[in-house]
Amino acid sequence: MQELIVILVDGLVFSSYLFMVSVGLTVIFGVMKILNVTHGAFYAFGAYMSATLIGAYYNTDLPEFGGFLAIFAAAIIVGVFFGIVLERGLLRFLYHRDEHIIVLATFAMFLVLEDVLLMIWGTDPYYAYEPMALLGAVDIVELTFDVYSLTLIGLAVIVALGLWLGLTKTKWGKLLLAVIFDREISQAMGINVTVVFTVTFVVGSIMGALGGAYIAPTISVSPGIGVEVIILSFAVVVIGGMGSIPGAIIGALLVGISRAAAVHKFPEIELFVIYAIMALVLAIRPEGLFAPAQARKI
Amino acid sequence: MKMLKNSSRATLLATGLAAAMGATAMPASAAEMVVMAVPTFLTGAGAPAFGVPARNGAEVIIEAINKGTLPAPYDKSGKGLAGRQIKAVIYDESGGGVKQVAEFRNKVQKQGVDLFVGYISSGTCAAITPVAEELKMLTIFPICGTPRIFEEINKTPKYVFRTMGHATADGVAEALYVKANMPDVKGYTGINQNYAWGQDSWRDFDLAMKQLMPSVPVSDKTQWPKIFSGQYGAEISALMLSKEPLVHSSLWGGDLEAFIFQGSARGLFRKKQLLFSVADTSVYRLGKKAPAGAILGARGPYGIFAANIDTPLNNWFRKVYQDRYSVPPVGGSYQAAQGVLAAKFAYDKAAAANGGKFPSKDQVIAALEGSTFQGIAAPVHMNRSNGHQAATKHMIGVLEWDKEAGGPIMTKVTEFGPDCVMPPPGVNGTEWLKGGMKGAKC
Repeated sequence: MQELIVILVDGLVFSSYLFMVSVGLTVIFGVMKILNVTHGAFYAFGAYMSATLIGAYYNTDLPEFGGFLAIFAAAIIVGVFFGIVLERGLLRFLYHRDEHIIVLATFAMFLVLEDVLLMIWGTDPYYAYEPMALLGAVDIVELTFDVYSLTLIGLAVIVALGLWLGLTKTKWGKLLLAVIFDREISQAMGINVTVVFTVTFVVGSIMGALGGAYIAPTISVSPGIGVEVIILSFAVVVIGGMGSIPGAIIGALLVGISRAAAVHKFPEIELFVIYAIMALVLAIRPEGLFAPAQARKI
Repeated sequence: MKMLKNSSRATLLATGLAAAMGATAMPASAAEMVVMAVPTFLTGAGAPAFGVPARNGAEVIIEAINKGTLPAPYDKSGKGLAGRQIKAVIYDESGGGVKQVAEFRNKVQKQGVDLFVGYISSGTCAAITPVAEELKMLTIFPICGTPRIFEEINKTPKYVFRTMGHATADGVAEALYVKANMPDVKGYTGINQNYAWGQDSWRDFDLAMKQLMPSVPVSDKTQWPKIFSGQYGAEISALMLSKEPLVHSSLWGGDLEAFIFQGSARGLFRKKQLLFSVADTSVYRLGKKAPAGAILGARGPYGIFAANIDTPLNNWFRKVYQDRYSVPPVGGSYQAAQGVLAAKFAYDKAAAANGGKFPSKDQVIAALEGSTFQGIAAPVHMNRSNGHQAATKHMIGVLEWDKEAGGPIMTKVTEFGPDCVMPPPGVNGTEWLKGGMKGAKC
């Protein structure tokens, strides 16, 4: 029983991590139909900015818990800046081009931003463990868990709820849904699709950066952290269905809990589990679990 | 307009001529230098732990060789390699084996490189070895750890050398240390990255433990996280729930540091005895966050293990490195510097045997094969794999925080001779371990 509960807790923590790092990718794809490889760079920049701000904050005499604000500030700074610069400066010129061209353009931007990151922060790792140390640890079924990682579950729930409420209960959300459903008809009905695209890209960028910013206190923030995230994010959104937020939730839960179970019961297949689930879902339902079937336009 | 055209043509012509003159002039000046390619991780996850420290270590030594300021025993050997200045071509190892093989060919065939001293990843070394032999290019691997280089990929190397011990030495030294210091240990488990390095490290430690402490049970749930995964919550839970008190790990770089942060927050290091193969790369950076009480190795007398080795060369290296980069040298710094020193030793020795004239490549190879040269902190014996694989002494100890000095130190250090931890010449490491490590001189 203890092991089962531990698997569940570990699974939920990892699922929350997966959801946080993949939700930005799925939001952007859902509205803009762009497979945004630059997402990995948003994650990395979010982590570096978070580590920098946290480090700067804890060098002051300000209240300790204020350090958490640095995490969210980092995500907003990175997301807004790169969201606007990339969408206005690059992507808007490519919307009429083939989807593959846009993927390649975002991949190129990812590589450029990786080098920009090295130019700004260099190759030395950055540490920002103070928030994790501050929250301490708690025992669950006689096993110690750090509270900071558990808060990731709460953050993922808040983000998921926020996105759901924002999409279904606000005017902006309804405009977004209309654009998701049919971009051309939305434009014909007077919706300013250009603004919708920019706002969506910025929100998706903030989500990507928030993933990195929140994870930063638990890792060594060092070059290359964005690459791994892209692979994991793609696996999660492909399983859940490209562009589906419920899909991202279910995809993250499926992968997270299966992986935790594998780690505890059959650790040698841990690496295999994520991709086995993806292959299985693609074999049965190629569009993913939650993506609606696409009607062909004639 | 016509004038502009003429002017442009003249400019083009002048530029072309200048370029042509430059191109013809280059080999003449290059002939007076030794062009040394130094591939190392300058970007990506391998850069902070190994790549950049390796570059720094190589730079310090190359600069001193060119100026002729190396201390004893190299203080009377003159400037450069056999009198010629080194022109270092430092470049990024990132991008994988295919890219590196293409870059290797490019450097050899188009850029006139005379020798390579570099490569960190076992995967890259495995890819480069056959190409270096094919192109007859003197190549010194200072770091990569897999035993497979000369045990499987090329058993009769001529142009490829490795100037440090390999992963088998880690496993044997660690098991010997455990046997001596934890004779009553009730079992062991592990967490190692799921790729060549992690698998080799665990295999050799496990095989050595089975020989040295056959009654100690091993877990059937050793952990195999993906390299660069960075998230170890479930693995830490599994390790904490396991009944084995000893945990072996060859994690390195960002993965190691993430594991330490996450494990510390959950009390893993109070509950289990950790044994880290190559954690020396992180101890200075982590400072007090490094887990005091953990058993550490560095595959030889490198990094923190060399902190108290009192020789002119080691003292000089640590001081110059610290002054220049504001951090102490770690394992990668020492190992890369040692690779460059191997080249210095071989060129100078070959020149001496050649009547003082600059030696040929074959003469340099002959000089290095089977030789013993002074590394930064200990002698390096090139006496394995037909004289192409090094064996050095090995050191294992316990990490502690020195309150007075305000830094990490190694305590309870045990030294193991090269013939104790490395398989004898001509013997496959895995077979040697399975056969009970016959011939080990401990």
